[in-house]
Amino acid sequence: MSILIENLNHIYSPNTPFEVTALRDINLHIKTGEFLGLIGHTGSGKSTLIQELNALIKPTSGTIVIEGTNITQKGVKLRDVRRNVGLVFQYPEYQLFEETVRKDIAYGPKNLGLSETEVAARVEEALRLVGLDPEIVGERSPFDLSGGQRRRVAIAGVLAMKPRILILDEPTAGLDPHGRDEILGQIKALHEADETLTLILVSHSMEDVAKLVDRLVVLYQGGIEMQGTPREVFQQSKRLREIGLGVPQVTELMERLRERGIEIDETVLTVTEAKEALLRMMKEAKS
Amino acid sequence: MIGNVTIGQYYPGNTVIHRLDPRLKIMATFLFIISLFIVNQFLAYGLVVVYLGTSILLSKVPLKFIIRGLRPILVIIILTFVLNMFLTPGEVWFSIFGKLTVTKEGFRQASFMAIRLTLLITGTSLLTLTTSPIQLTDGIEKLLNPFRKIGVPAHELAMMMTIALRFIPTLMEETNKIMKAQMARGGDFESGNLIQRAKSLVPLLVPLFISAFRRADELAMAMEARCYRGGEGRTRLKVLRYHKRDLIVAIFSLGYLALLIWSRGW
Repeated sequence: MSILIENLNHIYSPNTPFEVTALRDINLHIKTGEFLGLIGHTGSGKSTLIQELNALIKPTSGTIVIEGTNITQKGVKLRDVRRNVGLVFQYPEYQLFEETVRKDIAYGPKNLGLSETEVAARVEEALRLVGLDPEIVGERSPFDLSGGQRRRVAIAGVLAMKPRILILDEPTAGLDPHGRDEILGQIKALHEADETLTLILVSHSMEDVAKLVDRLVVLYQGGIEMQGTPREVFQQSKRLREIGLGVPQVTELMERLRERGIEIDETVLTVTEAKEALLRMMKEAKS
Repeated sequence: MIGNVTIGQYYPGNTVIHRLDPRLKIMATFLFIISLFIVNQFLAYGLVVVYLGTSILLSKVPLKFIIRGLRPILVIIILTFVLNMFLTPGEVWFSIFGKLTVTKEGFRQASFMAIRLTLLITGTSLLTLTTSPIQLTDGIEKLLNPFRKIGVPAHELAMMMTIALRFIPTLMEETNKIMKAQMARGGDFESGNLIQRAKSLVPLLVPLFISAFRRADELAMAMEARCYRGGEGRTRLKVLRYHKRDLIVAIFSLGYLALLIWSRGW
């Protein structure tokens, strides 16, 4: 499903001394099947924006059209919006509440009014999607699982609603490197398995998003500061640092080398790319 | 929705009333409550209104805030008024529907009680309006200290209140977050009948309780790690000290009380 955001503004507590402009004049078009990275410093408006997409909050002005339906209109069916747009909050494991993993994942599909058999099937499928075996963890209490597993159960809880747009807010926050790689790997797999699933990954970690997403949108003080492919965005590393964000470490390394007069012109995003670029440079230097 | 609930009803300011020692303010409020029960005629209420009015004026708290505090107990005031009006025996003034009679004594008694209640709430809310919750617990702790000898855990009570107050905003925020997360999963907290609504709260309350217990554990651990072991021998960063203004207010308040006692003989 595609998302079209036009002139979106959001002001918290308007006309009071506590007035805060969280979003200003956001215009964004997200295509079906696109994998978008949303990056910004704390307070840049990321969380507000994704909550707008799920109709959890209403914008002060502007429109959001999801696949032809304006969700900012009055009388829009919230259940339909939330069926289509799955939102995984930060630290989603804190929202687990049921006795067993299966029951917890069933909460979403049940709210959609699906039949028992359909719900059960979706629970199985969602668990497998996040790499957990329903036979092993299905009947356990979610509170007996490890941190990484708990997070995957929570993500499965949203996947079981079969959203066509999946938004993940800092899905790797607070996880150890192993857990982080697992979650990111699964997100990548989700994107590859379903070409029509639109994915939005919110993060402030450049390393995480750089290698995954098709397009990056950088938010700064409620507005879109820059957007483009990760390569395009990371070329503006000076501006990125000014607004409190960095570039991936390897990208920075290459930049420093260039500053010292070493001829590497590529913008490098991953360690593998860096290795290739370095090897090429050394070969050229020999010859 | 939940975010705009104000905690307590502290109205920040830097007036004489705000700067008064919380212990004195608590004692003065007690004295004020007692004074309300000393009054036995309407005229003396004039004195009470002057005393309270001066305090409100000095505190610079907008009248709007004070009236807002009265709203929740309006029902109680009206109920007391009506009951007193109809149920006090005495000389019949007029009657409604033949059987319900209003006596002169009843009307007097009813107005008397309504005024007393209104003044009572206004006076006590002035205390919470001008004293921050932390100051208030500090004051309570100090005032309860003498009773430690008879087993009143003054420090523990004050610490519990302080911690509870500190966690109200945190838990509010948490509630809001969990609510949104469950709403994103199609949870519905706003429609259905009473039983459905109560059931729909389970996905909200369970995570909330779990996180509250987790936070309590963490806090206890953090306090122990910093060698907290109760109030014994504990000193404080901000020591409460009486100032000249406290003395002046104390004298005025005692004078006010004396005047009221004297007014009983009129």
